[in-house]
Amino acid sequence: MAENYELIVVGGGPAGMAAALEAEKDGVTKILLLERAETLGGILEQCIHTGFGLHYFGEELSGPEYADRFIVPTEQSSAIEVKLDTMVLEVTPGENAHQVLAINKTDGLLELNARAVILAMGCRERPRGALNIAGTRPAGVLSAGTAQKYVNMDGYLPGKEVVILGSGDIGLIMARRMTFEGAHVKMVCELMPYSSGLTRNIVQCLDDFDIPLKRSCTVVAIHGTERLEGVTIAKVDKNRRPVPGTEAFVPCDLLLLSVGLIPENELTRGAGIEIDPVTAGACVSQDRETKIPGVFACGNVLHVHDLVDYVTMESQLAGAGAAAYIQDRADKNPDYVGTHGKNGVRYVVPQRVNKHVTENVKLYFRVGQVYKNAVARLRAGETVLTQRKRARLAPGEMEDLTVTPEQLSLLPEGAELTIEVAEGK
Amino acid sequence: MSERNFICVACPMGCELHVALDEKGGVAAVTGNNCKRGVAYAQAETTHPTRSFHSTVRVEGGNAPLVSVKSRAPVPKAMLMDCAKATRAAKAKAPIAIGDVLLADVCGTGIDLIATNRVS
Ligand SMILES: Cc1cc2nc3c(=O)[nH]c(=O)nc-3n(C[C@H](O)[C@H](O)[C@H](O)COP(=O)(O)OP(=O)(O)OC[C@H]3O[C@@H](n4cnc5c(N)ncnc54)[C@H](O)[C@@H]3O)c2cc1C
Ligand code: SF4
Repeated sequence: MAENYELIVVGGGPAGMAAALEAEKDGVTKILLLERAETLGGILEQCIHTGFGLHYFGEELSGPEYADRFIVPTEQSSAIEVKLDTMVLEVTPGENAHQVLAINKTDGLLELNARAVILAMGCRERPRGALNIAGTRPAGVLSAGTAQKYVNMDGYLPGKEVVILGSGDIGLIMARRMTFEGAHVKMVCELMPYSSGLTRNIVQCLDDFDIPLKRSCTVVAIHGTERLEGVTIAKVDKNRRPVPGTEAFVPCDLLLLSVGLIPENELTRGAGIEIDPVTAGACVSQDRETKIPGVFACGNVLHVHDLVDYVTMESQLAGAGAAAYIQDRADKNPDYVGTHGKNGVRYVVPQRVNKHVTENVKLYFRVGQVYKNAVARLRAGETVLTQRKRARLAPGEMEDLTVTPEQLSLLPEGAELTIEVAEGK
Repeated sequence: MSERNFICVACPMGCELHVALDEKGGVAAVTGNNCKRGVAYAQAETTHPTRSFHSTVRVEGGNAPLVSVKSRAPVPKAMLMDCAKATRAAKAKAPIAIGDVLLADVCGTGIDLIATNRVS
């Protein structure tokens, strides 16, 4: 017998919890939250550094503290039922209800139905297989996120002499973290001529501890049979190809890979939901509704966020959208206008906006390289709707521009919204 | 007269500041900044740099082997590694609530280390 819910949320990280709580606030009473881990909180539980919540709470919190602000109300809610240790296997969209197949140790296989489904599965790190490093496959090569879990949750230090490949924020934060735990971080190698991490993290995680950041540099070989004994690094040219003659051997017993995150969208693909090739997440409307009515997506499964604060705000939109859908308040005849990034803007989320909205819509975007003294413009054809000057735009920092209901209602038939950047002197 | 270089993190621009020091180690001149805040940042970084500190403390008798902690306020930058060492040696007993003081006045900084997660 299939059990029925108004709303099923897949994933109990900050995205899933914020979405469920928002739906409850809007009057949804039968919500099921499914989480495959033994606790709520998602990846935040292992992010023990502070810097979360500055935008949303106006306070500098650690990851677990930020998560706790949502775990407590979720656990106390009478509308939200939580099933932990429960893995969702499949989401099958239907006409009147969507089917969710999940499994856990107590209930076995669960066949569930819901009017609406919110996908909030987060992201995972790119595995090493995605890189092409020559050499052996010894122990001592880990993703930075896995090392973060070992050190911060299990209390186990996976190595003493460390090289980090990739200068994304997780790699930078782990450089400081390993140093605090008594390890010696020898260097961080970055393939690109710039770091994708926040400047603040470069200063406070590397410079403070005299850890060198080697830009335009990569690991070309891994050495060791059972256990890692060292890596060969080399400089790379403009085309990111190793420059012969620049190779150097660096002894180490741990190589951390911090080479980017990808949304975890197996369920989304399985459900036949259209994916944006750039974000690697679903294509969504301003309510974060996918192309399938009643199926929503939010948080890192939709696009990789650098600040959890934005995850929360986005997930509240999805929760409110799902509530409107469940209560038949959603617009039955939406008139969508597409959004696109141009001239340096890699992507825009949401990918479409209903012209009938009654509230401002924030369009989030990311640039492909660093710009100084830049202007970001939102335009519809030749008309500039809004623009904003920025001292600096960087791939690591998500930006936004707002479009108003009035601007949307005045758009001509067939118009598209584009965001572009232009650099000043 | 000596010189120090560092990146201003007071805004995302990230200007590279060059600070000329006087004989007493104070700030004589700042260049490379794009605005006045860079000067204030250079002053603070040169005379009394501070950082927030966060780490984990071992837990006995709890449902998790560790609990995450942070300094209630930023500690002097020069004390970071001492704080890290003291934290590695520290132990706490479950149950622990968010905000519990696990190491009072860490390394004589006058600042407490408090728990940022719960352990039962
Ligand atoms: C290793 C790592 C470190 C990070 N460090 C930082 C940082 O330092 N600062 C920062 O601001 N951001 C950081 N981030 C980004 C951070 O993930 C986001 O800010 C935020 O946690 C995303 O929230 P979320 O709910 O979308 O995803 P998550 O927090 O990842 O939550 C997704 C949840 O869905 C569950 N799930 C997935 N698939 C299924 C399934 N099939 N069935 C049931 N449950 C499922 C997962 O177990 C998880 O609990 C980091 C991300 C990673 C991967
Ligand atoms: S000097 Fe001014 S503009 Fe430059 S990084 Fe500092 S605060 Fe920003």
